[in-house]
Amino acid sequence: MAEKVLQIRDLHVTFDTPLGPLEAVRGVDIEVEAGELLGVVGESGSGKSVSFLATMGLLPTRARVTGSAILAGEELIGASPKKMRDVRGRLLSMIFQDPLSALNPVHRIGDQISEMLRSHQDLTHRESGKRAIELLDIVGIPQPADRARQYPHEFSGGMRQRVVIAIAIANNPKVLIADEPTTALDVTVQAQILEVIERVQARFGTAVVLITHDLGVIARVADRVNVMYAGRNVEQGPINSVFDHPSHPYTRGLLASLPRAGKQRLKPITGFPPNMLQPPRGCAFHPRCEFAAEICRGDLPELRQVDDLQSACVRAKELPRIGIFV
Amino acid sequence: MTTQLLKVTNLVKNFELRLNNGARRRKRIVQAVTNVSFAVEKGQTLGLVGESGSGKTTVGRCILRLIEPTSGTVEFEGEDLGSLKFEEMRALRRKMQIVFQDPFASLDPKMTVGASISEPLTVQNVPGDHTDKVIELLELVGLAADHAQRYPHEFSGGQRQRIGVARALALNPALIVLDEPVSALDVSIQAGVVNLFEDLQQRLGMSYIFIAHDLSVIRHIADRVAVMYLGKIVEIGDQQDVYEKPSHPYTKALLSAVPVPDPKSERARQRIMLEGDVPSPVNPPSGCRFRTRCWKAQDVCAQEEPVLLQRASGQFSACHFPET
Repeated sequence: MAEKVLQIRDLHVTFDTPLGPLEAVRGVDIEVEAGELLGVVGESGSGKSVSFLATMGLLPTRARVTGSAILAGEELIGASPKKMRDVRGRLLSMIFQDPLSALNPVHRIGDQISEMLRSHQDLTHRESGKRAIELLDIVGIPQPADRARQYPHEFSGGMRQRVVIAIAIANNPKVLIADEPTTALDVTVQAQILEVIERVQARFGTAVVLITHDLGVIARVADRVNVMYAGRNVEQGPINSVFDHPSHPYTRGLLASLPRAGKQRLKPITGFPPNMLQPPRGCAFHPRCEFAAEICRGDLPELRQVDDLQSACVRAKELPRIGIFV
Repeated sequence: MTTQLLKVTNLVKNFELRLNNGARRRKRIVQAVTNVSFAVEKGQTLGLVGESGSGKTTVGRCILRLIEPTSGTVEFEGEDLGSLKFEEMRALRRKMQIVFQDPFASLDPKMTVGASISEPLTVQNVPGDHTDKVIELLELVGLAADHAQRYPHEFSGGQRQRIGVARALALNPALIVLDEPVSALDVSIQAGVVNLFEDLQQRLGMSYIFIAHDLSVIRHIADRVAVMYLGKIVEIGDQQDVYEKPSHPYTKALLSAVPVPDPKSERARQRIMLEGDVPSPVNPPSGCRFRTRCWKAQDVCAQEEPVLLQRASGQFSACHFPET
């Protein structure tokens, strides 16, 4: 059994809105194993980003966060701001969709990487500057010594995302959380960035959590996948199993709705994502589920082992396990 | 036998960029679209794919004359749109409509859905009461008659996009430009909207120009596909030919970069990894614009601009060293 570097248990996040409390994350359990690449998939509003922002301590104070997130033996939920500042960047880093807003426009790239290094390590300016250039080289930026002296506006979108990755891995964190890191990029550049992330993961043994809505990206790079819907985990397991014989009707519906080679008609999931101010009773997916029965409207379903997968579908065992790919 | 509805010949659109560099004022030209030619048949779908900055949206807007082309001609049902006066163009627009990417920005939040859908009818002075027509349109796109009284904020993204489609259909157009119509929607919702486009085309027989960066959606919906790179069409052909035996190296690289949602085949794939980013359209590379990222580039690619040549029946590519 691989070592668990990050264990999120029964995480809840509630926001107070003018229309009443909105529970965006409703009891999420996620385990990240050392050195693995965990894909977290879900549509907008499924709580995938909010879960990890809560873990990072990056939500506004009006958000009410309960539950537990243990990273290398330390509890992060409810930890003091001082403690979180020490954890962020050293043990746990996060990168986002838009690399431009993650960089400071008036500071040189090299200095921004050095700042991250010196805030957690006792280094001289000269040492951190040298290390910054090495990091730029690791993430595949040509002429790193020259580029370190440039400003963010002199970099293209793909190059900026590489810089952000360099900053995130500067102190060799245990876990790197990448929230839609390629969504704003063109597909040929996306391929480059995914390759950089995989390279960093292999070279430093960093565990990566890749949050995305793109099942193709997940299929390419993830070892395991965790599917979220309406603030809950609905399914998790090894990549091949989830894509081969998904146990949850939502996962199955997502995979079936994608266009594939050939002209066969697409199969959308009927209905709409739930209003999180008033999520449906029981399994939040039941109003859209073709297999919904009376039992689905009962209690909130928990993840249970179904062969090599964990599924939150109470009917997972009785539903036929049809392979979507032959 | 199909007949031509739209013919675009040597379309060029340059945007002027004024840079204010201290004391020096410089004018720069952004070559957004350069010598683009293609045709759209009646009842068919042309897919326009390309990465950001490839000029695909500009082509769509030039066709409708939402922006004026710098040069080139757009012929619609045999009529040269460039020669039309303002009023004539306006009358013709009832046959050409557009659906935009962002269903949150393209509807007026203060207008009821019914008012938004009937606005084209009012603008084009269609006489009579439009209530029945609005209900018919709402039902056509899979919404209910009583939705007409509601406001956009009451609808989800997928429903709003359907409202945008209903509005585009109000005047029975012969051509609809769909500019990234499903990109802003969640995966599970996309499929339903794509199906709607297919159903409507089957029932009403209009043509689509489907602009997207998502190659799998284009593959599903398009009859013909034009691949754009830095303002030019590098390859155009029937959907199956372009996807199964791409002729231009860029098409091949683009197809190979798209992740397929199947872990086994995805990991077994031979991938072409392109180096670098798309160059700036202010100062595009000489000769072939793709040559700076192309693994096949030779001296000739910098010197001579390749022209679109037929490689197979109906399949054209602009490359000195085509794949097929």
